[in-house]
Amino acid sequence: MSAPFGRRAATVVAREEHGAYVVLRCHDPGGPAPRSGQFYMLTAADRWGGGEAERPFLPRAFSVLRARDRELHFLIEDVGPGTRRLCELQPDDQLLLVGPLGNGFVRPREDRTPLLVGGGVGIAPLAIWQDELGPETPALLGFRDAQHAAGAVLVHDPVLATDDGTVGHHGVVTDLLEDELDARGDELEVYGCGPPAMLEAVRLVCAERSVPAQLALESGMACGFGACFGCVVPTVDGYVRLCVDGPVLDAHTLESALVAGVGH
Amino acid sequence: MTVEFCGLELEHPVINGSGTFDAIAARRAFGDELVERFPFSAFVSKTVTVEPRQGNPPPRLWEVAGGLINSIGLPNKGLAGYLEHDLPELARLPVPLIVNIMGFSGDEVARLVRAFSEREEVSALELNVSCPNVETGLTMGADPGETGRLLAKVRPLTAKPLIVKLTPNATDVPAVARAAEDAGADAVSLINTLRGMALDPRTGCPWLGGITGGVSGPAVRPIALAQVHAVAQAVEIPIVGMGGVQRGADALDLMRAGASLVGVGTESFRDPAAGIRIARELKELLANSAVEDRRGALAGQPGREL
Repeated sequence: MSAPFGRRAATVVAREEHGAYVVLRCHDPGGPAPRSGQFYMLTAADRWGGGEAERPFLPRAFSVLRARDRELHFLIEDVGPGTRRLCELQPDDQLLLVGPLGNGFVRPREDRTPLLVGGGVGIAPLAIWQDELGPETPALLGFRDAQHAAGAVLVHDPVLATDDGTVGHHGVVTDLLEDELDARGDELEVYGCGPPAMLEAVRLVCAERSVPAQLALESGMACGFGACFGCVVPTVDGYVRLCVDGPVLDAHTLESALVAGVGH
Repeated sequence: MTVEFCGLELEHPVINGSGTFDAIAARRAFGDELVERFPFSAFVSKTVTVEPRQGNPPPRLWEVAGGLINSIGLPNKGLAGYLEHDLPELARLPVPLIVNIMGFSGDEVARLVRAFSEREEVSALELNVSCPNVETGLTMGADPGETGRLLAKVRPLTAKPLIVKLTPNATDVPAVARAAEDAGADAVSLINTLRGMALDPRTGCPWLGGITGGVSGPAVRPIALAQVHAVAQAVEIPIVGMGGVQRGADALDLMRAGASLVGVGTESFRDPAAGIRIARELKELLANSAVEDRRGALAGQPGREL
């Protein structure tokens, strides 16, 4: 189903904090339900693109974390002027959004079962995908530290790793992934979302073992609907726009998942 | 609010800047509603070159105060790919199609003009002259002589309106505009993006894959206004004014400075339907405006010479 053309207003109905993250729950009466892995372009209705600081100027792209009863949930970490402004929003504040945009995840091929692998703010599309696939879908999640690992409550029953060892496995999530794939890789299809270095590691770990993987990527994006050509990533077929040909790409089509950071 | 532009009857004065709206991709994202509520009165397609181009390596974008820098590098399917894949789809839009073209030599531009001249789906051509001529090493649109020679070569090849998209990265933009007019251009459009650069704050190295890029957005609006005003003093042919237009009031400013049509670019990134809103706001402003002869209105008023 297509996104409505243009921006529409959505009202923040709840704001939750989970360690380093904020979840904004927004009432979106005007939009169709998103597919898992799709994203929205978000702008705060006030103090965006003018006024005192002049940034943020462009909308910011967020995969939807959860969608139910005309509510969209977004997971946000304050890492720049746009995300900071969004984190400040309180119930009854207005957002402008465009979406749902992009392609979304597709179900595993017939002889395989899903395994979710992600980290940081990238757990968002994995949460909605787990909602759709069922709570028994296993998830391996990596975080920097305990403060960030507080976001793991948004996913059902995950196995955790932290860089500093304060929660779960002391190390990176791909350590857990390697163990899992070595045990039963021929039964699995991997769904990944996380920071570029993690996704690149997931891509390589899966490629070495010929395990199919769908990766939800992020790249600097001005528009979200194919206009700006800013969000390209290198694939075996040349550059593709992540907003209209992604954000979910088959790992084997990627030359690299090391997309430059975006300074949200 | 219909306007006549180079023989085209347009529903309102708001069009898109080349390379800032991909109607085919937008149709995929927004479905039929995009066509039913098409935001522009004419559609200017992204630059077509003779050969296909991948475009610049990422990163391609950097947000700045009041705008962004882009280093996209004119990715396109090339002439043959455009004719086969894009033109049939763009011909189905409810508005006239203006095809933006760029060549790296006079012969390449001539080849593109000839090819599109034969196509009835194409209402007008816009020449992107913001690139170096590989034969002379000069940026085609940065030098009046170079621009005049290019127009003299391609003007006889088509009866379709030829719009020259001027680069603001030139010493004397009005002189380039005059050279284009003298050599038979039907209109000029400006401003293209201004060359800019950003460094990665972590490494101190250039952020953009293309090293430098083009600055657009409201940050460049005063520059656009000044350049449109200056060009309006230099030429008689119609002007498409653009640069940082976010509201109807910005569009009206450009028209007061001499523009017949107004282009919207970066604002569409923030709101895909921005063109609809800007056209509506402009219509309201024009209905309440005393400006009758919008072309050169500022210059025509005693004591208000800029």
